[in-house]
Amino acid sequence: MLDIYFKELMHSLPLFFKGMGITALVSGISLVAGTLLGVMCGILRAVKRFGLSKIMGFYADYMRGIPFLVHIFIIYFILPETGIQLSPFPAAAIALTVYAGAYISEIVAAGILSIPRGQREAATAYGLNAFQRMRYVIFPQAVRVILPPLVGEYVLLVKDSSIVSVIGLTDITRVGWLTVQRIPEGLIVFGLVGILYFVICYPLIHLSHYLEEKISYETH
Amino acid sequence: MLRYFNFRVIWQYMPLFLKGLWATCWISGISIFFALILGIIACGMRLSGRRFLQKLAGIYIESIRSTPLLAQLYFFYFGLPNLHIYINEVETGILALALNSGAYIAEIIRAGIISIPSGQTEAATAYGLSYFQRMRYIILPQAIGVTIPALLGQFIVLVKDSSLVSLISVLELTRAAQRLASERFMPAEGFFTAAAFYLLIYYVLKYLSNWWQNHLIFMEGK
Repeated sequence: MLDIYFKELMHSLPLFFKGMGITALVSGISLVAGTLLGVMCGILRAVKRFGLSKIMGFYADYMRGIPFLVHIFIIYFILPETGIQLSPFPAAAIALTVYAGAYISEIVAAGILSIPRGQREAATAYGLNAFQRMRYVIFPQAVRVILPPLVGEYVLLVKDSSIVSVIGLTDITRVGWLTVQRIPEGLIVFGLVGILYFVICYPLIHLSHYLEEKISYETH
Repeated sequence: MLRYFNFRVIWQYMPLFLKGLWATCWISGISIFFALILGIIACGMRLSGRRFLQKLAGIYIESIRSTPLLAQLYFFYFGLPNLHIYINEVETGILALALNSGAYIAEIIRAGIISIPSGQTEAATAYGLSYFQRMRYIILPQAIGVTIPALLGQFIVLVKDSSLVSLISVLELTRAAQRLASERFMPAEGFFTAAAFYLLIYYVLKYLSNWWQNHLIFMEGK
């Protein structure tokens, strides 16, 4: 019995790889977009100048407070009521971007605030304006603090992307869910799903550890 | 168009939401309890210095941390019956949540223990305390104090993750919202109400975490 199921599973392997492609694509797009959004919001949050810092704080709190599942339902089911129809893929990408952006903004804000005041004061004394200070003095230093947790956040992003399967996007998890209806061997099917996620996430986790060690070594 | 927000329906469904809120709270509470035990055991194994135990804990932590909770949940939900283990959905959910959080908690506690200066261990050893006594009386009391904010952060994550058990048809906050959305075709009312309840839990836990951090600073200042 088991070897029949196994053969069947081997037949649906291309489907799993397709799912892996979808997972990689949707997380990749949201990774880039989320990073841009997060860096922007993080800077606005840390700078406390345009009165936007409070709003950004609430944005981060809101996203940290609600589950991703509820968030994606809100994007997918409630936006259409306001007239914005989205098919599953863009809805998933937007939901992930907005969600990851909030976490990244926290990381970026913390990184910027960790730079000693003196740096900014010295840059001001050199006659740099606010943009130049951020661009040439503060941000390059903050990146060192930001990078390790940022890569850690990417791991979370890839894992959260499994939840987009509930709105019908055929990522790895959904392929597993569909397969388990035909092949009732949950352990094998979701073991395979787990392995595929592992292949993506494990290197990222180690990259994060590596960056952390490298940076702490350099600063000491 | 989202012309109006129907509070009457929300009020009508309030008993369901409160039931869901209660379910979310107790499922998370039980899960964090077991996760703490698991985390302490896994962390102890990892720091024990025994090769085999270290490997075992390492495999557990790494495999949990690099796979999504949803896959783990389905793994148990669809997989356990194959092993002739029949438990209901709530228990499956708690099992998956506890195992998932346990791995993260192990890492949090490990970070806390590592942050305790090695002089503490050396002094305790000089006093003739055994490994267990050192952990119990010297290291853990200090480590737990430092890790409480991170543990509360993990608890927030766990509460949010518990929304996933709605996908294996456990009635909790998200499921209640889905019910309202599908019975009355009012997704906005349903999901925003659920979101508001989650935010409430989040702010309570965040407040606790901040309070504890200030408390710590106050204690260290003395």
